[in-house]
Amino acid sequence: MTKKIGRQSLRFENVFIKSWASAAGPTEKKGTFGSYYDFTIHDALFGENSFEAAEKRMFTECVKTLLKKASLSINKVDCLIGGDLLNQIVTSAYGARDLDLPFLGIYGACSTMAEAMLLSSMQIDGGFAENILCGTSSHFGSAERQFRFPLELGTPKPPTAQNTVTGTGVLLLSDRRLTQIKEETRIRITSGTIGKPVDPGIKDANNMGAAMAPAAASTIAAHLRELQKKPEDYDIILTGDLGTHGSDLLHILMEKLGFDIRKQHKDCGAMVFAGLPSHYSGGSGCGCCASSLASYFLSEMQKEKFRRILFVATGALLSPTVVQQGETIPGIAHAVSIELAEKHSENDISFQIESF
Amino acid sequence: MNEIMDKQEYAKLVRERMPKSKTGMECLRAFLVGGLICVLGELLHIFYLEQWQMSEDNAAAMVSITLIFMGALLTGLGVYDLIGKFAGAGSIVPISGYANSVTAPALEFKREGFILGVGAKLFTIAGPVLVYGITSSILVGVLYCIFGGIS
Repeated sequence: MTKKIGRQSLRFENVFIKSWASAAGPTEKKGTFGSYYDFTIHDALFGENSFEAAEKRMFTECVKTLLKKASLSINKVDCLIGGDLLNQIVTSAYGARDLDLPFLGIYGACSTMAEAMLLSSMQIDGGFAENILCGTSSHFGSAERQFRFPLELGTPKPPTAQNTVTGTGVLLLSDRRLTQIKEETRIRITSGTIGKPVDPGIKDANNMGAAMAPAAASTIAAHLRELQKKPEDYDIILTGDLGTHGSDLLHILMEKLGFDIRKQHKDCGAMVFAGLPSHYSGGSGCGCCASSLASYFLSEMQKEKFRRILFVATGALLSPTVVQQGETIPGIAHAVSIELAEKHSENDISFQIESF
Repeated sequence: MNEIMDKQEYAKLVRERMPKSKTGMECLRAFLVGGLICVLGELLHIFYLEQWQMSEDNAAAMVSITLIFMGALLTGLGVYDLIGKFAGAGSIVPISGYANSVTAPALEFKREGFILGVGAKLFTIAGPVLVYGITSSILVGVLYCIFGGIS
């Protein structure tokens, strides 16, 4: 049982992020990570008849781009683990249908990416798979109609609201014992922490940052405590989509828990649309953190700009139906520690398990 | 949640740290845009009365029809939601806003077909207005019927 640490955390030894790919929409292209996406779609419909079809095509094209980058045949992929925001997780399910991939569909709202990475890492470290794709997506058009109002409705949003990111991010996780690890694939998943749903009693669907911040704080604190780490052990503590308002709340909550993470903390949602007009508190959605991680952050990590990232995807488990029935919105967050392994000589493929 | 912070304490913190709406500015924008829509209605009213020689009743009906048409057209052209983001209640409350609330779902749910899409979802936003508008008009009518005749 040495792989399980404390109640919520896990340690992985053999999981590598072999390759990654991302795609995003036209607004995101103008945003912070615009030049890092593998491709962007020129309009929200992507040549399809509906936003749902556009999202699915963006997702499948992204998987194909990744396989091309990794020069891996699709037959070598053991499983796709993924999800999205739509009912019955149609984007990933129909994506897996079109790609003819074994599929485990999951739903964790916007925390799905970290959940997929955790489950994939468990499979790989347990020896149940060699290559696993994990990916998530979201689309402004399809999410907005499901969770809020029709797109053309002229209603203003409060400053705490966030805009769903049109984007997708896919990672290929591989077992280093069975895969030829080349110099460029030095990025490892070393540990993770499974989050608990935390319900701060928020009912406002336009204030997801406040609904998710306590969950993020709970998971980050559990991770640091159980693995006996300090915030300084990470170059970046990267949350998914708390937005500017949620990030501010997270800093205060973390301080209460005895950690100051202001220096290390960055939030994909607050970053993705930074500088663009009328984006309220920032971006959100499964595709927000997935596309940011699979573009800017992993690329820069490979260039050794960052060495250790704690990726904490945050989700608001919002169901319009039960919220209308009077329920509150719980948040959830899962953490995955991503580290750059030291360079190694050609003969030696054994990696030092560092910092434990 | 309680292990981090008490729920009520958190609700207070959220309220304190929340980015505030610029209410004064929003009221001003709503007043200007809403007022402009009303001025347009008034101009149309004068136009129908004087240029087209319509009766008062017909001119009033034509003003509503024209504003509804313009609201729907601007929704279809993707302009009305931009006006709404700027003006808030200023463009929601006038009758053109009602047209927007019916046209927007019509556009949105067209892809699910004309029966279960447009037909079923057309009034998802405007439905409550209809239900309670009609219900209260019936109630007022009943009250008028009972008490209105006395005097």
